[in-house]
Amino acid sequence: MTGVSGLVVEDLVVKVHDIQAVKGVSFEIGRGRRMGLIGESGCGKSLTALALMGLLPHGVTASGRVLLNGRNLLDLSDKQMCAVRGNDIAMVFQEPMTALNPLMRVGNQVAESLRLHKGMNRAAASARAVELLERVQLPEPDRTARKYPHQLSGGQRQRVVLAIALACDPAVLVADEPTTALDVTVQAEMLRLMDTLVREEGASLLLITHDLPVVASICEELLVMYGGSIVEHGDVATVFDSPRHPYTAGLRASTVLESTDGSGRLSTIPGRVPSLGSFPTGCVYRNRCPRADDVCGTVPLLTAPPGSTQRAACHHPIESDQPLGSGKASA
Amino acid sequence: MTSVADAPPDATADVVAAGPVKPRRRWNLTLVIGAGLVGLVVLTALVSFLWTPYDPTRVDPSQTLLSPGGDHWLGTDHFGRDIVSQLLVGARTTLFVGVVAVAIAAAVGVPLGLLAATGHRWLSEPVMRALDIVFAFPAILLAIILAAGFGASTLTGMIAIGVANVPVFGRLTRAGAMQVLQSDFVLAARSYGRRGVVLMVRYVLPNIAALLIVQASVSFAHAVLAEAALSYLGYGTPPPTPTWGRMLQEAQNYFVVQPMLAVWPGLAIALSVLGFNLMGDGLRDALDPRLRGR
Repeated sequence: MTGVSGLVVEDLVVKVHDIQAVKGVSFEIGRGRRMGLIGESGCGKSLTALALMGLLPHGVTASGRVLLNGRNLLDLSDKQMCAVRGNDIAMVFQEPMTALNPLMRVGNQVAESLRLHKGMNRAAASARAVELLERVQLPEPDRTARKYPHQLSGGQRQRVVLAIALACDPAVLVADEPTTALDVTVQAEMLRLMDTLVREEGASLLLITHDLPVVASICEELLVMYGGSIVEHGDVATVFDSPRHPYTAGLRASTVLESTDGSGRLSTIPGRVPSLGSFPTGCVYRNRCPRADDVCGTVPLLTAPPGSTQRAACHHPIESDQPLGSGKASA
Repeated sequence: MTSVADAPPDATADVVAAGPVKPRRRWNLTLVIGAGLVGLVVLTALVSFLWTPYDPTRVDPSQTLLSPGGDHWLGTDHFGRDIVSQLLVGARTTLFVGVVAVAIAAAVGVPLGLLAATGHRWLSEPVMRALDIVFAFPAILLAIILAAGFGASTLTGMIAIGVANVPVFGRLTRAGAMQVLQSDFVLAARSYGRRGVVLMVRYVLPNIAALLIVQASVSFAHAVLAEAALSYLGYGTPPPTPTWGRMLQEAQNYFVVQPMLAVWPGLAIALSVLGFNLMGDGLRDALDPRLRGR
């Protein structure tokens, strides 16, 4: 990979009361790279994010390795992790309505992280907070800094959340569905802003979403997650244009990007995401997959064909220009 | 994809959506009335230090059980003591006991509640069970035990009422804090490195302050009533120091002869309790930036 490694995740397992919700996920985000992580709800996306941050709720445990600057974050004590959180790895949350303390002025909330990690005094942190609010393109930053969250719109609040996350120039920014709660027009601006800032800071970005266009607009690489496993990984354009895993193909077919039969209707993936612990053995997708057969009872490995970096965990991957559902004969 | 690419390049579109900030109303009627009544009680207590129409403990056998009017504005009791003077001095005890009892309850109960909310089972369970035990123990019984051990005084009364209210604050704090701890902004605060006591004090406590303030005003009202009850039973402030509770108690023997004797202290208790309740409600609204100006 690149000379400077950003975030390396090796064999991350997240267990919810002894049930594996994330099953040995490995990926690497180079410094300054932008990685998208997509999948339906309940696929373990958010748990992965929280595991990286060390913020898993009680009863949920993570094992494996999360390497950042040569340290395994999962080995750190709670106290050590607090010094890392916000400073080296920061997070943007999904719900800007609830991610801010309703009783604290937004300027102070941005200043919190600075005072905590940079040891700034109140005045310096407040001044820097106003600068940060200006960077996230909030109007009248000095006035906005004195407002409470309820006086701001959703888009404005999400900018504040972004300002908080970027306050200490983190090496890695984890954004968990940062635009899902926003209006479509605001989403676009928010994404563009995030893209710009992440580029300027040279930070690595892990963008978690279930929205393919969002990933396409700012990410370079793409991870597709299903049932707690990564089912496909590769360059965004390649994965989009010629998905190898049937799940990725199904996801793509169910967006506006594709209209398969010319009827203008969106296609759907049959069935729904099983609840935690009731995924099938072997390939996690086989109960919904049009290409599944007996071979799928064994766990497929995440492999790439020769000469490609597009890895897919499938026994019957879709080869280019092959219609979905007709893979068995050739495989 | 198209929505992303075609969005207007205007970076302030979402700013317009925020709308004007509502002008803030500086006061609310509930708070004003509540604070007015409480202020009246405070003023009464303060005035009693400087001036009372008569010595509240002076017995005058020639002037017993007078009706309101004349030299004694609200009349006299069975010993000929002036009712106005007694009410004025009684306000001191009422306020003092109420404030100290609530302070004891909050000072012990709130930290215990926060501690129990942190979720460590070995910490939370013992604290909560201990609070349950105190909760099950009648305040009056505690007051009687304290009075038996140390002699009945204002202090034992205050302690008994305070301790009896500790579980109320403990449980309320725990319930509120657990709810706040689940919220995204606490997770967000932890995501930028906040933890421990600072997280509890700066993020959780302010967000349950409204609950606690209302509870404090209700508890204050209860404390005033409990003090009256203890004085009435003879386990609170000993005679001859006048308290509203004992005035009420003594009035019952003469209810047929002079019913007004019971009305005055009863009215004083009712108004101060009402005042504190209203003030708590008003304060809650005034302290929450989200409710301001509604």
